[in-house]
Formats: sequence, C-alpha cells, structure tokens
Amino acid sequence: MQSSFASSVENPVIEQESRTAEELDVPWQVVVHNDPVNLMSYVTMVFQKVFGLTKEKAEKHMLEVHQLGRSILWSGMRERAELYVQQLHGYLLLATVERTN
Amino acid sequence: MEFRRKKDSLEISELDPFLAELLRQIPESTNTDGVEAAQQRIFSAPAGNSEPEFCAEWKIYVEPELRHLFRSATETVAADLEQLNGCTKPFANCTLSIPTANAEAWLNALNQARLAIAAKYNFSDGELCDHYRSPIGSRRDLGLFQINFYGFLQEFILHELNP
Repeated sequence: MQSSFASSVENPVIEQESRTAEELDVPWQVVVHNDPVNLMSYVTMVFQKVFGLTKEKAEKHMLEVHQLGRSILWSGMRERAELYVQQLHGYLLLATVERTN
Repeated sequence: MEFRRKKDSLEISELDPFLAELLRQIPESTNTDGVEAAQQRIFSAPAGNSEPEFCAEWKIYVEPELRHLFRSATETVAADLEQLNGCTKPFANCTLSIPTANAEAWLNALNQARLAIAAKYNFSDGELCDHYRSPIGSRRDLGLFQINFYGFLQEFILHELNP
C-alpha cells in the first residue's frame, strides 16, 4: 500500500518555468534625461527629495544629465524603479525605467 | 519687484501690473488642451519603445494620478493668486504672499507652465538660454519672457526654501 505522499513523489507535476526578468532579479535602472527647460537648481532639489541624496551627489547627477544627456539615478528591482519614475514624473522630469544591460 | 522671506510665507511686493498679469496667467498657461507637443512633454513616456505594455498600463493607472497632482498644484496657485484681485487701483503695484506650505505647489505649477509654453512655441535650446532677449514683439516673445520670469520665481522659491 502506498501513501498518497509516495504516489505524488512518483508522479511529480512538472511546472513550466515562465519567470519574467524581474523575478530573475535582473536589475532595472532609473534614468533621467536632459531637458532644456527644467532649472538646474530644481533638478538638484528633486534628486535630493526623491532619492535622499546629499546636495553634492544630487548636483553631480544633475551635471551628468546636463552634460551627457542622461544619468542613472538608481538601479534595482523593477517595481521600486517604477515608483521612482512615477515620483520623478510628478516633478515633471524626463525619466524612464530601463533594463540594465 | 522685491522678494522677502517672512516667518511662514514668501512675499513678492512692488509687483507692477504687467508682472502681476503674468502671474495671473500661470494657471491658464499650464493648460495643455489641444497642444499635442505640450501634452507629450507633460505626460512623457515612462520607458522606451521596448516596453509597450508598461507604457499602456502607465497611461491607464498612473497618468490620472499625475493629472490630479498637477491640477491640485494649479488650483493651489490659483487660490493664492486671488490676492492680486484685491489690487483695486488698476495701475498700482501689488503684493503677493505665498504660504511656505504652498511652495511645492508653486514650483510644480510654474514648471508645468514653463514646459507647456516651451512645447507650444517649440523654442530651441539657444532661445531658452537667451535670458536677455528683448523687446517683446510677438506672442511668442512674450512666451519666452514668461518662461524666464517663471524660472526666476522658481529660483527665488528654491533659494528661500534652501538658503
């Protein structure tokens, strides 16, 4: 006589893996793009508020946006990246979530 | 025009009628109805073309929240601007007091207005950097002046909030 446990071990149900990128923990990044209208001081203030950066670090990212056209402000799980992008859009910055290469 | 930080407010005094009128136009200037370029800028895509599903969901779930946020900021500014209606003499200088609690709403509304005007008139980077352009000869020139004036106000508010 076999227990139900043994029977389930003998006939295991094989599930297909359909994991998405975020489940596999592939990091995503929050990118802020240059905009000729937003003031440098305003962008610095937004970076400080949203990411809790020091003024020096916020200015470094702001200058990167200004000079290079974009800056990666954060990388990590997708859901959190989306929340950051939503906050940045609330301040009217040009921000996108991108898959890390 | 004079700027002053008071205990719980930022005060703009000696405001001449022309600049007072530009301030009154802030709420209207944030309106992007019928201006596709302005709408695209204010509600920019949250991801590139490789993420169409995410962008579609964003339009459904996030954009309404952003619209609410922007409208709320504009309404706060419009309420503060009611003070300018108290200027009984048509050519007298006015004073405007902005409660510091409303400063973020002002920064947001001013930014909406600047972005909407810039998109509407499709100003080039060169034009946007030309802060000394004058005189105002067209509606477009006035738009550029508005962008610079509103930017100046943003700088004042930012400076006073983080001296």
